[in-house]
Amino acid sequence: MSGKHVCVLHGGRSLERDISLRTGHRVVRALRAKDYRVTPIDVDESLVRQLVELRPEAAFIAMHGKGGEDGTVQELLEILRIPYTGSGVLSSIRAMDKVLSKHILEAEGIPTPPFYAFNDAAFREMGAKDTLDIIAEDLGLPVVVKPAAQGSALGINFAADARDLPRAMVSALSFDRKVLLEKFVAGRELAVSILGAGDEARTLPVVEACPRSGHAFYDFDSRYTAGETDFTVPAELEPAVTAEVERVALATYRALDCRGFGRVDIILDESGTPWVLELNTIPGLTETSTMPMAAEAAGISFEDLVAVVMESAAL
Amino acid sequence: MRDLMSLAARPEVISLAGGFPATDSFPQDVFDSINRNISDTQRALSLQYGPTEGFDFLKDDIAEIMAAEGTQVDPAHVLVTTGGQQAIDLVTKTFIDPGDIVLAEGPAYAGALTTFSSYQTDVRHVPMDGAGVVVEELEQMLRSLDREGRRAKLVYVVPNFSNPGGTTLSLERRVRLVDLAAEWDLLLVEDNPYGFLRFDGEALPTLLTLDGGRGNVLYLGSFSKIISPGIRTGWIVAPPAVYQKIVFGKQAADLCSSPMNQLFVHGFVSSGAWREYVERLIGIYRSRRDAMLAALAEEFPAGSTWNVPQGGFFVWATVPGVHTGDMLAKAIEENVAYVRGDAFYQDGQGTDSMRLNFSGSPEARLQEGVRRLGAVIADQLELYRALGL
Repeated sequence: MSGKHVCVLHGGRSLERDISLRTGHRVVRALRAKDYRVTPIDVDESLVRQLVELRPEAAFIAMHGKGGEDGTVQELLEILRIPYTGSGVLSSIRAMDKVLSKHILEAEGIPTPPFYAFNDAAFREMGAKDTLDIIAEDLGLPVVVKPAAQGSALGINFAADARDLPRAMVSALSFDRKVLLEKFVAGRELAVSILGAGDEARTLPVVEACPRSGHAFYDFDSRYTAGETDFTVPAELEPAVTAEVERVALATYRALDCRGFGRVDIILDESGTPWVLELNTIPGLTETSTMPMAAEAAGISFEDLVAVVMESAAL
Repeated sequence: MRDLMSLAARPEVISLAGGFPATDSFPQDVFDSINRNISDTQRALSLQYGPTEGFDFLKDDIAEIMAAEGTQVDPAHVLVTTGGQQAIDLVTKTFIDPGDIVLAEGPAYAGALTTFSSYQTDVRHVPMDGAGVVVEELEQMLRSLDREGRRAKLVYVVPNFSNPGGTTLSLERRVRLVDLAAEWDLLLVEDNPYGFLRFDGEALPTLLTLDGGRGNVLYLGSFSKIISPGIRTGWIVAPPAVYQKIVFGKQAADLCSSPMNQLFVHGFVSSGAWREYVERLIGIYRSRRDAMLAALAEEFPAGSTWNVPQGGFFVWATVPGVHTGDMLAKAIEENVAYVRGDAFYQDGQGTDSMRLNFSGSPEARLQEGVRRLGAVIADQLELYRALGL
C-alpha cells in the first residue's frame, strides 16, 4: 500500500520486551520494503501523546506479553480510533490468560490438558497448599506448572513429584499472580499459525519443534537461541492427522474470536490426539520464530506475511 | 537470564545488578589534556600497530602502580592486555586443555567462569568464609584429586574484595596458599582488579610478593576500576618461563592492545593524576558501601546475612530458603534488580544468595533499591510460608 502511514508498536515493559524489539525491527524493515511509511514506537508513557500527534492510518502491534497481548494497548487504540492488527480487546484478554482460554476450549469440546488454577490469594488467604497433593493425585505426575499469563515459556516448571509442586508454584508466581497446574502430555510439539478471521481464517503449514538435547521442553532458550531447536515444516504427519491438527487449531482460533493472525501451540500425543496448550494472538516474528517459517513453507515471504497482517488492521 | 537483565537497564529500575564504576566522576579537564597531548605529540603512534606485549613505558607505569601497592615487579615480566578479561582469557587459553581442572572460589567471578566454560574447563569451587577461600578445604581437594590420579592445573582467586563475595583473603591463608602452590606445583592465578579500592583496614601483601620469585603466581591487573573500563587496559605479570607462551596467545588474539588506549593510560598515570582520582573514588565508594549496609540492616528480613566488604564494589547477601533466581522476575516488576547467586557457580550452588552492587548508584538510590528489594523478599517469604515451604 504505497505511502500509507503506519506505526509499529514494540518494546514496552513486559518480560518479553527484547523479543518484541526483535519482532518489531523485522516488521519495520518488511513494511518499508513494501512501501509503507513507517514510524516505529518503543512503547512507553509517551505512547498516547505520540499516536495523537502522528495520527497514523493504522498500527501494527508487535508487542508480546503484558500490555501488548492482553487487550491493554488494543483498548487504547480503540479509544483513539486507530485500526490495529491482530485480535480485539476481548479476544486478547481471553487468549492471554491460559486459564480463561482453557475454560472456553473445554466448553467448546476442544481437547486441552486437564488442569487446575489458582490465584496466589488462594495460598496466602485460604490454605490452598493443602490441595496440592489432591491435585497431583488427580492430574497424575508429572504436573506442569505455568504462570497463567506469560509468554515465551518463561516460568514454566515440571513437578515430577508432589513435593516439587510448592517450589514450582513459587517460580511460576514470580511471573504472574495466577498459576496453572496442568497434566503433562507427552508428545510432539506442533505450532499451527493462522491468518485471517472467522470463516475466512486459514492455517499455514504445521511446524514441528524438536528441542535439541539439554532442553526438557521447548523452553525460552530453545525458542530464541539459533541452532538450539530443529524445526520440520511441514511436520511429517499422516494427512488425516494433519487435517485433525488443523481442524483443532482453527476451532481454537474461532472459539477465541481471533483476528488478523495467531499461533496455536499443540502437543500431539501417541494416539493422535492434538491437545491445545495455548493460543498466541501476537506470534513472534523473530529469526527463530515458527510463524515466518510456516509462511515461507507456504510460499509467502516475510514481507508479504507482514503486509497481509498489516492490511487486516481493523477496529 | 540475559533477557531479564536487559529489563534491568531501564531507568525506572534501580539496578543493584551491574558492576559499573562511577565514570561520571572522571575529571573532564584531565581527560581533555591527556587527549590533547596525544593529539599534539603522539598522534601517529596512537594510530599505529604497537608491540604485542604493550609499550615499554606503560609496563614501567604498571610496575610503578604495583610498587605503590607494595608489590615489586620487573617490567620485563609485564604483558599489557585488553582489559583484565583478556588476561583471564589468555591465561586459560595458554594453560587449559579441555577437561582440565581449575579450582576457583565459590562463589567466583562470573566473567572468569564464562571464560573457563568456553575452554571446556572442569571448575571445582572451593568454599569460602569471611576470610576468603578456605585453604584447608582447598588442600583436601588437592589430596582427593591426587588419590584419583588427577591434578588441578590452576587455582583462580580474587584475594582482595572478591567479586561477588566481597571477602579479602587473610594473610595467613595467603602464605599457606603460596606454600601449597610450591608443594603441589600449582599455578596460582591472582586476579586483583579492586586492590586499590580499599576503604578500611590495611592492605595485605599480594600472592605474587609472598611467592618470592618461585614462579608459581600469575598476577592479573586491571585499570578498569581505577581509571575506567572504557580504556580496556589490563595486564598480566608472568614468570619468565611462561611469559613468551602467553605472548604468542596475545598476538593471535588481537596483535596488540590499542595503542591509543595505552597512551591514554600512560598520560593519566605519568601525570600522577591517578593517585588523586583513586582517593576520590575510594571516598565515593566507601560512602556508598556504608549507605547500602545501613539500608540492608534496616530493610532485609531477620535471618538474612551479608558480608561487610572492606573495599571493592559488592555485597554478597544470603536469604536462607529463598530462591533468588525464582524471585528475580518479581523484583524487576518492583523495579529493582540484582544478580542471582547461582550465576557465580558452575555447579548450581548459590541459589539463596544475591550480589548487590553499590558502586554504581548514589546513596539515596541505593537506599530506595534496598528498600524495594527488602519488600520483595518479605513478600516472597510470606508466599513460601503460604506454600508450606
